[in-house]
Amino acid sequence: MPIIEMRQIRKTYDTGKVKVDALKGVDLQIDKGEMVAIVGPSGSGKSTLMNLIGCLDTPSDGEYTLGGENVAGVTRDQLAEIRNRRVGFVFQNFNLLPHITSLENVEMPMLFGGLPVKDRRERATELLERVGLGERVDHKPTELSGGQMQRVAIARALAMNPDIILADEPTGNLDTTAGGDIMSLFTDLWKQGRTLVIITHDPALAQRASRVVEIRDGVVMRDHTN
Amino acid sequence: MSDLHIIYTLFAGSARLQRKRAYLTIAAIAWGTVAILMLLAFGEGLRRQLDKNRRSTGENLAVIWPSETSKPYKGLPAGRSIRPRVPDVEFIRDRMPELRAVHGEMQSFRIVVYGREVKNVRIIGTNWTYGESRKHYPQAGGRFFNADDEEQRRRVIFFGDDIAKDLFHDENPVGKTVMVANSPYLVIGVMQHKTQMGMYGGPDANHAVIPITTFRAQFGRERLNQLVITVEDPTEMKSELKKLNELLGPKFGYDPSDDRAMPTWDMVKSAETNKKILIGIQLFLGIVGALTLIIGGVGVANIMYAVVKERTREIGVKMALGAKRRWIIIPFVAEGLVYTLIGGALGITIATLIVAALSFVPIESNRVLSFLGRPTLSPMIGVATSGILGVIGLLAGYFPARRAASVDPAATLRYE
Repeated sequence: MPIIEMRQIRKTYDTGKVKVDALKGVDLQIDKGEMVAIVGPSGSGKSTLMNLIGCLDTPSDGEYTLGGENVAGVTRDQLAEIRNRRVGFVFQNFNLLPHITSLENVEMPMLFGGLPVKDRRERATELLERVGLGERVDHKPTELSGGQMQRVAIARALAMNPDIILADEPTGNLDTTAGGDIMSLFTDLWKQGRTLVIITHDPALAQRASRVVEIRDGVVMRDHTN
Repeated sequence: MSDLHIIYTLFAGSARLQRKRAYLTIAAIAWGTVAILMLLAFGEGLRRQLDKNRRSTGENLAVIWPSETSKPYKGLPAGRSIRPRVPDVEFIRDRMPELRAVHGEMQSFRIVVYGREVKNVRIIGTNWTYGESRKHYPQAGGRFFNADDEEQRRRVIFFGDDIAKDLFHDENPVGKTVMVANSPYLVIGVMQHKTQMGMYGGPDANHAVIPITTFRAQFGRERLNQLVITVEDPTEMKSELKKLNELLGPKFGYDPSDDRAMPTWDMVKSAETNKKILIGIQLFLGIVGALTLIIGGVGVANIMYAVVKERTREIGVKMALGAKRRWIIIPFVAEGLVYTLIGGALGITIATLIVAALSFVPIESNRVLSFLGRPTLSPMIGVATSGILGVIGLLAGYFPARRAASVDPAATLRYE
């Protein structure tokens, strides 16, 4: 059952003087329970693809359905709602809010999702425990190590029980040990049945994926299963 | 789970300004608020004082100076003098009983002697109703002359407070006898001090008033210098003046529509004009104050723009996690509003204290201050200032917040 279905997706950036075709007709289908690594050199269009998959941006042309919902011609607020319910983001630079605690960071998507305070607190605590940060709920991101911050980010990504976890170079800012931990965490999540899409340069991480999609010059060059 | 809860949680959880920045912003707003309040308070004080001073000449009053005709009338040429006499006062009273008071005035500069003091004083001869109409209220221990004094042609005299001081210095004038043009007069009263705006002939404080009958007898004059009427209802002044001219025109032989024959100072009308000028002054002061406050508002907006720039990533993150536009906008607007309102409250407090402190400064003894009055805050000023503060606060937060909501999450999230 496909979670992500992209048909002839194009994205053109109009910078005024020149038009840049970042994606030139991408067809991509990702099924529930897959762990897909999207790889490619810089400038290949993989960031653009990630923005589109994550509904941070809308395609210039083509058709995209996420979890059966068509993402075209929706308003910014509707797009925000889709992101909230269907996508859990994990970023290279963590993107935690620095002045609130880990717990509050994990609660944030649930706040936007409209969950009551009690449910938010319970679920956030549970998620932080699951990523091994049960002791760190009241710490602010600045008091955590890189690996710990990324775990908070993963807990946050899981908060709304989304259709996909979308990770952008999740190990890029981490040392090998911490990176390894995060990779294992992703593998665990995959084994629990989650759908993961990971944009990465890291061959070690790509190897763990069930499927590797290689992007080059705005088109899918290679799509193979490990 | 309401929007309000989400917005409140976001507002409470967002980073606050650095302390110094917050203080400076709040100080700018407080300064602007003090400026607008002080200017408005000054305007209000001025208005009240001028109003009080204007009333001190007399209320609902019109002064008429018999003059020369400028239009031919019933075969009579233009340029004839119109000269009502003392008995004409009675004539007008009889024909226009609805008037509150009518009195005639004659005036003459005469030598007044008391002890070694010799002064050339403007002596007014008038009817006894003058005391009330022209607010010649006696100081304690004295009185204005009454109907009996007038009827019996008594040689009594009522002094303005300044001239009384010049003649009697520290002595109590009441009961003393002065020589007016070599005739003895009994001093029956001295006027209470008043700051006078409108005057004709000279300030009331510098003249002396005697019964019109006495004046006529001593100085041998019959023709009135001025006629003064007062009405009960100020809105009737215009029609009463018209009626007066229609009454006197045929009697003295002038065209009632000839406004040069009886030039008139309608104080009701000039009060209306004054009121408009004062509204203009207050508006002007308010605008100057509002401009100062707007500069403070620009300061808040400036800070909020900087904050939006600093928090671009934070905003991007919130958007990626599913925040709607209004959840980004409203906390920013609220933050701008909070700085504005704290500054405003501070400014209101400071201005109130200043106004309270100024109320201890005595103004009665100072000629300039007694014209300018004392800064006064009114509920109207409070409402206006709060309104302006609120609008400025909202705008100062709204525009930066709109910038915040236009942040593109895709562009902000990826790189350091």
